[in-house]
Amino acid sequence: MRRRPNYLAGAGSFVWLLLVGLPLYVLLAATLRTRQDYAENGPVSLPDSFTLDNFTGAFDSGFGRYFLNTLVVTACVIGIVLLLVPPLAYAIVRSRGRATSVIFRLFLLGLAIPAQAVIVPMFYLISEAGLYDNLLGVILPTAAFCLPMSALILSGAMRDISPELYEAMAMDGASPRRMFFQLVVPLSRGGLSTIVVFSALQAWNGFLFPLVLTQSDSTKVVTLGLYNFQTAHGIDIPGLLGAVVLSMVPILLVYLFARRALVQGLMGVGGK
Amino acid sequence: MTTQITSARPAAGPRKESRRRPPASSATTVGRPGFAWALPAALFFALFAIVPLIMVAVLSFMSWDGISPPEFVGTDNWSRLVDDPVMLKSIWLTLLLTVLGVVLQTPLSILLGVWAAGHQRNRAVLSVIYFIPLLLSATAVSVLWRALLDPNFGIPADATWLFGDGNLFGEQATAIGVLAFVSTWQFTPFHTLIYQGAARAIPPVLYQAAEIDGAGRYRQFFHITLPQLRTSMITSMILMIVGGLTTFETVLILTQGGPGTDTTISAYYMYDKAFKSFDYGTGSAIALALVVASTIISLIVVRVSGYDKMRSSAEGVS
Repeated sequence: MRRRPNYLAGAGSFVWLLLVGLPLYVLLAATLRTRQDYAENGPVSLPDSFTLDNFTGAFDSGFGRYFLNTLVVTACVIGIVLLLVPPLAYAIVRSRGRATSVIFRLFLLGLAIPAQAVIVPMFYLISEAGLYDNLLGVILPTAAFCLPMSALILSGAMRDISPELYEAMAMDGASPRRMFFQLVVPLSRGGLSTIVVFSALQAWNGFLFPLVLTQSDSTKVVTLGLYNFQTAHGIDIPGLLGAVVLSMVPILLVYLFARRALVQGLMGVGGK
Repeated sequence: MTTQITSARPAAGPRKESRRRPPASSATTVGRPGFAWALPAALFFALFAIVPLIMVAVLSFMSWDGISPPEFVGTDNWSRLVDDPVMLKSIWLTLLLTVLGVVLQTPLSILLGVWAAGHQRNRAVLSVIYFIPLLLSATAVSVLWRALLDPNFGIPADATWLFGDGNLFGEQATAIGVLAFVSTWQFTPFHTLIYQGAARAIPPVLYQAAEIDGAGRYRQFFHITLPQLRTSMITSMILMIVGGLTTFETVLILTQGGPGTDTTISAYYMYDKAFKSFDYGTGSAIALALVVASTIISLIVVRVSGYDKMRSSAEGVS
């Protein structure tokens, strides 16, 4: 049945588009303008000058280093998540034991623990472990806080593997280990890429753990760099926005390539 | 859950049957992984989330300045917090911001979600732009809006007819308005996704029946779409509430809790106490209060959304 277009909803969504698009336009335009042009003509005007100084300025104030640190944190977090979550999700989906169901509930409850709640003891633990101001001290808690959501997403994906396949493999006498590597992992590739994107987003955008658990410039990550840039050069808005744009680039690239995985994963959060 | 988008088709009945748990017996446990598979992740998570959670409870009864060893002081931190006007104000502000967030985001994300679930022509392109705020860190979003709303160089300086003197951060009412707006800007796309998935899962038969009965678009929306979105609405609102309780970067970057303590929400007050005033005991007490609040809400999430029943995403699409 052919429906006529919904004009009211279309108009509403157009307003939202403006609300999102306009700041993004200002952001991009400001980044390419000189500081003087921005200050004199205001943020919404069309640029009358073009420059890449805002980007190079960001690199001059250390963003190259921050990028490298964030990259290390993100890669390690993904590594830990990929090492720990697939076996966990496999056990959640396939194990009949009571212990596993207790563990699953633990992770569900963990979904509720905000990072702020544990930041004081985390600071204590990380300092006692000698990991304060060390990237490893950021990586470990960040990875831990990726686990509940990743477990939820991946176990959801693994549950869609048909039971007949397990039965067929069991018939052949396959061990749980063999089933895991030959059946579960290959068939949950979609779920795996979702948790990779999800953890990457978490790690790349993380703020509180680096804020509290690192101190020196050599361990600073991109989000902290932005925060410090703002406190230090609050008046150089185009420079600041240049840094904001740079901080977004990798995530936007991931989004372009893995949009489906990301959107599905985030949609999964809502559940039914 | 990951198949939310594609699971618009109703679940096949027989599959549902086969997923029902048979009583555990030796025959069904053959070839099944033991709980050892879950152990490494569980231990790691326990060490970095559960242990600190227990510690925060213990620390809330201690005095600790971060240098000398923590010292047991009983309920001192708690009794001081109960009498602390800033703490009471912060609770009120946290609630206010949370409620504002729910009130602003819920209608907006339902409308956008339902719209995005339809078959509009430019939807693919639009949704790419729509969802960009979702990808940005709270830090980037806050820094961006702090710059855009700067009293001297931002939009308010250009549009004085709308913003008056333009210093939105100088007054409590406008500062709170900015915080609520920025959270809405950042999180509406996420909730839109939830509703989009749920709206796609509504069986088209319902609409066809309503059409035959001559119900218009708006009646269909209020009598079919909204009731069908009920579960998602609860999940989404609970996520908004938990998110609202734990807002932090936005406040740290946009207002620093100010003017004065006019936007000092509890999470920010916790940070301020612990890491700026080096009163980690009081900070822990505030953190514990946050945990309790968000745990209660999440227990409701788990109950309402049925996650704890370990169901497949393909089941029970209604």
